[in-house]
Amino acid sequence: MIDKFVRSMAEAMNGIKDGSTVLMAGFGEVGAPHALLDGLIEQGAGNLTIVVNSVGRVHKPGQPVQGVPRLIELGRVRKVITTFIRAGSIAGDAVRDGRMEAEAVPQGTLAERLRAAGAGVPAFFTPTGAGTLVAEGKEVRDYDGRACILERALHGDVALVEAWMADRWGNLTFRDSSRNFNPIMAMAGRLTIVQTHHVCDLGQLPANEIVTPGIFVDRVLHVAAGDPKLPA
Amino acid sequence: MSDTVTPLGRNGMAARAAQDIPEGWYVNLGIGIPTLIADHVPPDREVVFHSENGILGVGPAPEPHKQNPWLVNASTQRISIRPGGSFVHHADSFAMVRGGHLDLCVLGGFQVAENGDLANWAQSATEVGKQIGGAMDLAVGARQVWVTMEHTTKQGQPRLLRRCSYPLTAPGCVTRVYTNLAVLEVTPRGFGVLDIIPGLAFDELQSRTEATLHRA
Repeated sequence: MIDKFVRSMAEAMNGIKDGSTVLMAGFGEVGAPHALLDGLIEQGAGNLTIVVNSVGRVHKPGQPVQGVPRLIELGRVRKVITTFIRAGSIAGDAVRDGRMEAEAVPQGTLAERLRAAGAGVPAFFTPTGAGTLVAEGKEVRDYDGRACILERALHGDVALVEAWMADRWGNLTFRDSSRNFNPIMAMAGRLTIVQTHHVCDLGQLPANEIVTPGIFVDRVLHVAAGDPKLPA
Repeated sequence: MSDTVTPLGRNGMAARAAQDIPEGWYVNLGIGIPTLIADHVPPDREVVFHSENGILGVGPAPEPHKQNPWLVNASTQRISIRPGGSFVHHADSFAMVRGGHLDLCVLGGFQVAENGDLANWAQSATEVGKQIGGAMDLAVGARQVWVTMEHTTKQGQPRLLRRCSYPLTAPGCVTRVYTNLAVLEVTPRGFGVLDIIPGLAFDELQSRTEATLHRA
């Protein structure tokens, strides 16, 4: 019997190695697998490359440091691949001080690199970023009179995903705008770990409504995380 | 500028741009002034708003008691979804952008050049902050790219230039600019002035602009 449910966070995080590339889904607080990230912080892997849409707001004194900024603060992140990094944030300071590398990527290119990884496309040409700093070091070709740059697929050794509902095959649904990066990171991860708000029996999710089929999923942990919070 | 001239405020610029968006267009609105545009499109004019984080058919901001924490826009503000709206994942959302399916995106800007170059994500190549988001994809992918911004910086420096000095978002992408003083289109011979706020003369507008202006 296929059963992708794991019973503990330790089981969910088992085997994540130093030097891994970790895909972290979510857009702001919505669709972000915060419990799994806490689990990764606890698990201890370091020298990580973190792929995430945004690496956090400027930290306000007195507020707890959580999530990716916490992992950076602990010195566990070698590099971030992201669309949004702010000067004066914990991530920005780490880059400024040479403690961490950052690769800034257009958001659509990030999404397409993940999709390409999941679909077995090793690289693709796109006009996004041509003629800008993003094009530095990349092959340029003209297609239909337009300059395009070569972008590589982006695999994760690990993908951390948040779902709304899941069954034991790892079939997933998502709630409202929490879908965002979750389905494509699930596809691009060699080890895809899911935290799900709700659990249901096999067959309960209508085939027409499953967004991510279980073939893209390795482990599922039930975490009743509650509603996403507004950014502080 | 004479005392009788009142530059448009943020909502004034948004309202002016909203006037020019026809029914039936699919439109992405960037962070800042562009986000305000949705509030100025008359409710009986069907315009479908896209948000990069996977929403087509963004509706107005909900009443406080009707807020849905699972539904945010690209500025991570809580929003609503219209009847007919849909959710997609990020790659499909950017397929709408990059595949040329959007009629229009409206972006904020630091600088626009007379050849349509846009700079809106960083002020130098070496600064730590890199706030690209979806701007490069939108600037390249949408059929029309409009920019809303103040005509000059807070220090009075022009933002409409012969060439951008900040790092580019995309070369040659901007089709129109809505500032607090004027509406301009990017043409093969540079900026053409489509509209000036009441009481401001063409020469006064030119004096606040580095690029040479043309009467459209």
